[in-house]
Amino acid sequence: MSIWQKHAIFEKNSIILSLGIVVVIAIGGLVEIAPLFYLKNTIEKVSGMRAYTPLELAGRNIYVREGCYNCHSQMVRPLRDEVERYGHYSLAAESMYDHPFQWGSKRTGPDLARVGGKYSDDWHRDHLNRPQAVVPGSVMPAYPWLARTDLDYAHIGDDMKVQALLGVPYSAEMIASAAADIKAQATPDDPGAADLAKRYPKVNARDFDTNPARITEADALIAYLQVIGTMVDFKLYDDKANVR
Amino acid sequence: MAQNISSGKRITLGEGGTALVFAVFALFCLVVAANAHTAAYAFHAIIFSAAGVGAVFLIFSNYARRGDALPALTIGGKPNYNYGPVKFTAIAAMIWGVAGFLVGVIAALQLAFPVINFDLPWISFGRLRPLHTSAVIFAFGGNVLIATAFYVVQRTSRARLAGYLSPWFVVLGYNLFIVIAGTGYLLGITQSKEYAEPEWYADLWLTVVWVAFLLVYLATLMRRTEPHIYVANWFYLAFIITIAVLHLGNNAAIPVSVFSPKSYIVWSGVQDAMVQWWYGHNAVGFFLTAGFLGIMYYFVPKRADRPVYSYRLSIIHFWALIFLYIWAGPHHLHYTALPDWAQTLGMTFSVMLWMPSWGGMINGLMTLSGAWDKLRTDPVLRMMVVSIAFYGMSTFEGPMMSIKSVNALSHYTDWTIGHVHSGALGWVAFVSFGALYCVIPWVYNRKGLYSLKLVNWHFWIATLGIVLYITAMWVSGILQGLMWRAYTSLGFLEYSFIETVEAMHPFYVIRALGGVLFLLGSLIMAWNIYKTITATEAASPAGEAALAPAE
Repeated sequence: MSIWQKHAIFEKNSIILSLGIVVVIAIGGLVEIAPLFYLKNTIEKVSGMRAYTPLELAGRNIYVREGCYNCHSQMVRPLRDEVERYGHYSLAAESMYDHPFQWGSKRTGPDLARVGGKYSDDWHRDHLNRPQAVVPGSVMPAYPWLARTDLDYAHIGDDMKVQALLGVPYSAEMIASAAADIKAQATPDDPGAADLAKRYPKVNARDFDTNPARITEADALIAYLQVIGTMVDFKLYDDKANVR
Repeated sequence: MAQNISSGKRITLGEGGTALVFAVFALFCLVVAANAHTAAYAFHAIIFSAAGVGAVFLIFSNYARRGDALPALTIGGKPNYNYGPVKFTAIAAMIWGVAGFLVGVIAALQLAFPVINFDLPWISFGRLRPLHTSAVIFAFGGNVLIATAFYVVQRTSRARLAGYLSPWFVVLGYNLFIVIAGTGYLLGITQSKEYAEPEWYADLWLTVVWVAFLLVYLATLMRRTEPHIYVANWFYLAFIITIAVLHLGNNAAIPVSVFSPKSYIVWSGVQDAMVQWWYGHNAVGFFLTAGFLGIMYYFVPKRADRPVYSYRLSIIHFWALIFLYIWAGPHHLHYTALPDWAQTLGMTFSVMLWMPSWGGMINGLMTLSGAWDKLRTDPVLRMMVVSIAFYGMSTFEGPMMSIKSVNALSHYTDWTIGHVHSGALGWVAFVSFGALYCVIPWVYNRKGLYSLKLVNWHFWIATLGIVLYITAMWVSGILQGLMWRAYTSLGFLEYSFIETVEAMHPFYVIRALGGVLFLLGSLIMAWNIYKTITATEAASPAGEAALAPAE
């Protein structure tokens, strides 16, 4: 009986064929995915990574809502020109609290993995409002509604609860003070700023959209943009210790 | 006879039970709508509720119209094929196709002329691009796959499609998913995971629909009166099963609340990236390849009136393709923070994948042996053969781009977009057009298409569109990749980022023009299909039941 005839068992029984398919497709996925959850060197040891503040998280949700990943990556590759253009190449540790990841796959616009602190809040506000006003030749759409829309953070504590469940280090205290922390971060000289900084070290607390009367979606998005890629302390980072 | 009179017309357990489930579902969705956190989510809950009410109405109005007994499995010893769901999905595919191409053209124009975003949130590029990709992949491609799968599994099994209501649940439920997903993007409801943008509740709904799809398909196979399962069905089955696995793995998420559209994916960072591209690349491998290879293995031999070139090659092709494809995901993550061992595995298997891909191409093309002359007279067959040629081209380009040093240049550029479109327009869309041109006259019992001349026009206009599209993207992609890494003689980066954006403009205009041509071709097709369906001349009075050889 030749091997070709033996194949008839798959051709004559739909359940055996289905099981064969399941086994064959399972192998590659298991080998590539499962080790990433237990190999210790998958995520580098770094200092400085913290959870997003509630305002930054709300801003990230706006980044997700508007589909920014369609044109902007957040992943600097260790290539000479990219490191010179954007900054230190991205580490796995830098997105370990990102649900979902936003590394992206296309750079119609520049990479944003090191955009935090690169431009002023005013620049971001003007740029989001009308990109061509500050970058002539840009093909980015304008997002004028962000600065006009009040941020809806009625349920941000629930969002943080889900994230805590998934392993993001949000304490019960952080979740309880979520709304207060949003106000403290987006309002200049807010009395809650000190508590906020205790919970989220090195946090940027200021009025991001230069409209102190309101907390808008632009406040949240700019707060997020200004923190991307700034958490890890690269003075303390030893890339020799993290060869994978 | 007395027994017949006493039993009479009865509502079946399936009809009654399904109606009850949908009634409860409609009520539940109303409660969700009343408590929804956002207006957009309330809108979706109301759509679901209306769909539930609609389902109850359809079940009872169909009950009122149908005869005492459910349709017979055979009539006079011949299978009583069920073409209703095939017709519905074939027409839906045509409509979604035109819509998806149109959105693609708009998105392409937005990149050339950003003013076309009109400062409106709902149609800004970031929301429109997922609408385009989902409309062409899942709405157009998905409906083509369901239509052809339901046709092929019946014909090659010589058995009526399993289930009475369930095939309709699959086709209507799937299209409801499309509506929810598409409107969601425009309203800002998205997970922002590429090709897996729909939120948790749309994903749950799709899971139910997909399991029903698998069960209908398997039950029909089990009903077959042919001893062997034909090769096209292996590919369809692999597509259905693998997409289910990928969908569940990649969309594992916890919703913030049942009243909120927002959820968080359970994976994060590097693991999420790996899971995403395990899903993303195999959406290409199993949705856009395996399923459409099923189409190739049925429709090309049928149209050419020749047997498949090699039975043994199809066995090797099948198992090698589905085994190797799954490994290829990490080539989307070269030089990222994904560990090198995974990147290397992804690259190695992507290069190996070239072989089964070309095995399939050879099997498809060589089926034309002795029938090559038909390419001159039959533009439908020509369309399918050109699709196989494009399949061969993009499955060579893909492994090449997965080599790390090539990928260092091509990644993040338009080259990737061009590559995807040579596969999506040249292979997937062309083989779909060919299959629709074949299957619609068959299921509507027409002598042939309204006009082969129009097919010819469609073929040439669309081909020209594809050529413009992919050449523009090759040039813009490689140009931008080279500009990003260009240095001056003093060792400084030569170009600012915005200079590389400005250099893309002419190619974005050419690309949009290519898209317009492709859209124009699909409009010609839609007209041709419309005229074919509304033609009054039937092929044979007895319909398809008259001829049912083992095929």
